[in-house]
Order: sequence, then structure tokens, then C-alpha cells
Amino acid sequence: MSDLTTAPPVEQAPPGEPQDRGVRATLTGMADRVRGGDLGVWPVVAGLVVIWTVMQVLNSVFLSSANLVNLAMECVPVGVIALGVVFMLLVGQIDLSVGSVSGLSAAITAVLFVDHGMPAVVAIVAAAAAGCLIGWFYAQVFNRLGVPSFVITLAGLLGFLGLQLLTLGPKGSINLPFDSWLVTFAQLDFVPPWLAYALSAAGAAALYWTGHAKAAARRRAGLPATTEQTLVLRSAVLLVGLAVAVWYLSRDRGVGWMFVLFLGLVLAMHYVLSRTKYGKSVYAVGGNVEAARRAGINVKAIYTSAFVVCTTLAAVGGILAAARLAAANQSSGGGDVNLNAIAAAVIGGTSLFGGRGNAFAALLGIVVIQSISSGLTLLNLDSSYRFMVTGAVLLLAVALDSVARRSRRTHGRA
Amino acid sequence: MSPTPSTAAPAPAAAKDGALLSLRGVSKSFGAVAALTGVDLDVAAGEVVALVGDNGAGKSTLVKVLSGVHPPDAGTITFESREVSVPSPAAAQQLGIATVFQDLALCENLNVIENLFLGRELRALRLDEVAMEVRSRELLRQLSAKIPSVEAPVAALSGGQRQTVAIARSLLGDPKVIILDEPTAALGVAQTAEVLNLIERLRERGLGVVMISHSMADVKAVADRVAVLRLGRNNGVFDAETTSAEELVAAITGATDNVVSRRSRRARAAAGEPGTGPGAGPGDAEEPAAPVAMTKEDGDE
Repeated sequence: MSDLTTAPPVEQAPPGEPQDRGVRATLTGMADRVRGGDLGVWPVVAGLVVIWTVMQVLNSVFLSSANLVNLAMECVPVGVIALGVVFMLLVGQIDLSVGSVSGLSAAITAVLFVDHGMPAVVAIVAAAAAGCLIGWFYAQVFNRLGVPSFVITLAGLLGFLGLQLLTLGPKGSINLPFDSWLVTFAQLDFVPPWLAYALSAAGAAALYWTGHAKAAARRRAGLPATTEQTLVLRSAVLLVGLAVAVWYLSRDRGVGWMFVLFLGLVLAMHYVLSRTKYGKSVYAVGGNVEAARRAGINVKAIYTSAFVVCTTLAAVGGILAAARLAAANQSSGGGDVNLNAIAAAVIGGTSLFGGRGNAFAALLGIVVIQSISSGLTLLNLDSSYRFMVTGAVLLLAVALDSVARRSRRTHGRA
Repeated sequence: MSPTPSTAAPAPAAAKDGALLSLRGVSKSFGAVAALTGVDLDVAAGEVVALVGDNGAGKSTLVKVLSGVHPPDAGTITFESREVSVPSPAAAQQLGIATVFQDLALCENLNVIENLFLGRELRALRLDEVAMEVRSRELLRQLSAKIPSVEAPVAALSGGQRQTVAIARSLLGDPKVIILDEPTAALGVAQTAEVLNLIERLRERGLGVVMISHSMADVKAVADRVAVLRLGRNNGVFDAETTSAEELVAAITGATDNVVSRRSRRARAAAGEPGTGPGAGPGDAEEPAAPVAMTKEDGDE
């Protein structure tokens, strides 16, 4: 989120006339971009506020600490899968099989860990490796035979569901022992409040420090830079926000380690996508494959990496889901997991057409979806309503994206 | 200003000493189709050579030979007085021959800096954004490019600005020769002027420029020499200053009496002017609507 709020305004001083960007310039720049159809995270945040308000009015338990703690934990498995989907969408492809792959990975973990008595670590690594291998296989079919990713992964959706059922065997369900660290991690491990506050402070300090170093380097090079005032304000807002969240969640059980892991993955992915040569190549392939190829980017390798990252994260999500449920069964990764993961990526602002979006989309999107799910569950409405509401929100998100795209086009920012 | 009414090519002004890039007898066939037959071309440093010809004359093939996309079947390429081979696009860039293709190959979702440095970012694992921005601004300033912001996505730029970005990108590799494929096609009047200014700045920087164009007006505006290709062969090298657009069209189509000259004669007759010989009035050089219609004997594809 940080870079979205600090990205410089499009209109700026002409080259050679460095002019620092203060708080006001940053805010006007943001407003300009929104008017131009570059909505960024604002629609999602606004949607989230609306959903939370409505849910709270309908049932006052919704915004309680206890429910929000649960909500945060529930977000993680599908959120991790959505992170992989974001990657896939960025290169302009799609993976429809993330649900099945996560189910297969849950089954592998449970069979190796429980039935074969292997250490949890071995089971986890094996499941993640299986996910990795599936991605590699997809990529070979995609790169060598030119089959559309849509079709490959649709075949995978069915095929790996079958493999999941085969792996689970006739029992169809395997319970994970409650005293294993895997289950404890997903259900009971919470960050002690003091550490959570310390992590929040460290996060805010890191944001300030990186911003400060960047601004200093830019000033040395004679480029316009973000002012100290903006940097401090930005970090202060983050610090207060995180501290309030930690305080509120700590009234109940607090912030789960699993959620911290998710945040860590999102931040790592954000760094890779925005600050490395590889990340730029991913956006380039999603934006214009031919241009990427002419620029000397190994397009096939980028596709391969996207498939592998997506299926591996799907496998990791499947392991976390099994740990959270303390079981792997025939419906692991089934039902709405697949579509929720893809919907989360899209609702969070990742374009279905490639080259547009970022890692935070997975986080925001999954919070929206889980909020709806949690709120409707609290209202004792069964999944029939949940499906309909989630479907409507997805349609709304894509419609908003399409309208924004049209606006971008008329403002020349398509 | 001594127009020669004949279409015979003037004595080749090529083979200058100090030519940066020289092609001699370059041939290229695709199956049974001979796209290029014994083509010669010279480009000196600080010189703009326009490459003109009708559709199917072999211009694009020649560009692809130079940029390493298609290696030639026969002939020699001499670069900086060394005979070289250009087996791949990477080899061409290594030598210092940069090509800007007509479709520009820019990523619209990335900004100007990201496009300039695409595929050659500084510091792969922790991008040196400051250095890349400084270099981008410097380069665009040298070209006096009018880009609203280096942080604007390319989608926000006009056609001329995109052409500028594409040319600037090719300059990052410090080339000695730059090949522009139809740089002014599909541009408006002001944008075309912008790109022509840019081409003049490339010449001032001492680069050899090969410009493919269908627009006689643009060719006359910036080129030093005009090399005409017809049916995959050289059809004369002309001095851009002293050759009229009509003579060029005559060389391109291979006939003094061609569609374009007939049109201008008709126009003059309609205006009540006495019939003047072709090439007598350089002012009437109406831009032939590209692509120029072929005359009967033009049997190529």
C-alpha cells in the first residue's frame, strides 16, 4: 500500500527543475489519478467500509475482536492462493486449478504426515514440491504446445481433483493430530502483544527509513523527492493504524502467526514485483509479450516461473487450509476455494487482461471476500446466500474495473 | 536545382570514403522469391539516408538483414571498415546497429523509464531507480524530447512521444547506426515534425541514420541522400537536396509516366496551367498517397 500513496503525481516539474513533493502535491497527485480512472485501492477500501458497516448494523458481533481475529485467520489459506493467482494474472494468464492443487497438496500432507508417520516438515516440503512440479508441467504444455492456460488448468482442475481423491484413498478423510505444531500454528499460535507492537513499530520505521534513503538518493541526483514531512506523516499513519489494529485484536487472542506469515509473503512478493528486474519482466510480459521478447526477456522462462509460483502458493495455501481445519478430506480445496481465490485477486484490483495489479490485491481482495462470508455466517445465512453475494461483489468489482479502464482510456492512461 | 528529366539513376554518390556501414551485393531469397538482389547501401556517420521503394521493393527485408533478423544469403556487410556478419539481433546491437521497428514494441502498462530500461535494468535484485531516472531524463533532454513525465505510463503518450521513447531506448546501447522503420507513419502533422526534429538531432550526434519512409515530403525534409529500391534491386541513389519528389517517385515506380505524374499533370491541366515537364516545379510535389499504386509491369507481391 505504501507505494500507492507515495507514487508521484503524473504532472511534475520539467526535467532539470527538481521540486520536492510535499503532502499536498502527493494528495493532489492521488486525486488526479483517481479522476483519470487509475483508482488504485480506493474502491476496495470503500467497498470494505460499506461491507463492514452493513454487517455491523445487521449483527453487532461482526466487528468484535473475537470475530475479527477469526476473520484474519480465515483469510490466510485462500489469501496465499490468491497471491499466486495475482502472479498468473499479471503475466496475462489464468490458473483455474488452484483449488484442486491446494486440495491435492492438503491430501499429500495428511497422508505423509499421518498415514506414513513422516515428520511434518517432510510432508510439507513434499506437498509444496508437488505444487511446484504441477506448475512446471503446466508451463511445459503451455510453452511447448501452445495450449491456452485456460484449457490446461481446466484439465488440471479435474485431473488433480481425481488425484486428490486417489491419494486420500477409500477413507476419504484424514484428521491431523491437534498436538502437532502444524495445527497449533494455524489455530493457536498468536503473536504476544508486546511483540506485535514491536513488529508494528519496526514496520513503520522500515517504511520511514526506506523512504528517507530513497528521497536522499533522489535529492543527491537532483531529482524531485518526497519531503521529510510526507515521509514522517506516512509512517505515523501506518504506525497508528497497525497499533490500533494490534490493540483491538489483542483484546481477544491477538494477531495469529499465520496471518503474519501471509503479510510477510505479500511484502516479499511486492518487493519482487516492484523492485527487481524479474518483476519488471513479469509486468512487461503481461503488457506486451512481443515487446518483452524484443527487449531480450526470456518470455518462456517468465511464464514458467509464473505457473510455478502460482501452483506452489496454491499448494502452500492447501497445507495451511488443512492445518486450520486439522483435516484433509475429499472436499479440501473444493467448493468455492477456487473461485474465491481468483475473485480475491480480481476484487483487489488485478486486471484479468495482464500487466496491471500488485501483491496487495490478494490481501485486500481476500479480506473483502472473507468479510462477506463471515458476516453472512453470523446472520445464519447458509452458503446459498454467500455464493450469491460474493458473485454480485465480484461482478461489481469487474464492472468497476471496466469503467475505470474506459476512463483511463479517455484520459490516455489505458 | 538542375532537374534531370531522365529516370536513369545518377552516378551512384555512394561508396564514399569513411562510410560507417556499407552493404555490397546483398541478396536474400525466401524460397523462390528473391526479396533482395545485389543491393548496395552506404551510410556515413552524421548522415541520414532515406530508404524508399514501393511495397514489396525489399525495404523491410533489407532492414531485417541489417538488424540481424534475417542473415543475408550473399553479399558483404562492412561496419567501421571491418567486414562483419550479423547473425542475430543481439549481434547487431553488439556491433552498434540499433533498429526501431514500426510497431515500436513498447509496454503500455509500464512508464517511460521502465520502457527505456526494459531488459537492461540496472542492478537486477534491487533496481537502481535513481540512476535509471537520471539517465532517462538526461537522454530525453539531449533529444529535446517533449515527454510530460518520465513516470507517465506509455499509454498516456501520443504517437510521436512513443516514437521518441522508442528511439531513445535504442540510443541507450550507444549505437553508431540507427535504423528507423517508417518513423512518421500514422503520425499527425505536429508529431511528424517532432520526429523529424529528433532525426536531425540524431544526425547532429554523429549517428548514421537509415530512415524508411513512404512520405516524399519527410524524405526531402531530413534526408541527405535517398536510396531507392525497386523489385529488390538498387534503383539509384539520389541527392535529397537536388532531386524532386517526382523524380523519386519515377525511380520508385520505374516509369516517368506513372500514376503520380499523371495525377499532377491532370491537376495542373485543371488549374489551367500550361503543361510543364515533370520535375519542373518542385513546389508541386504532392505527397503520393502511400502506398503508391503500382504500374503494370510491377508484378511483385
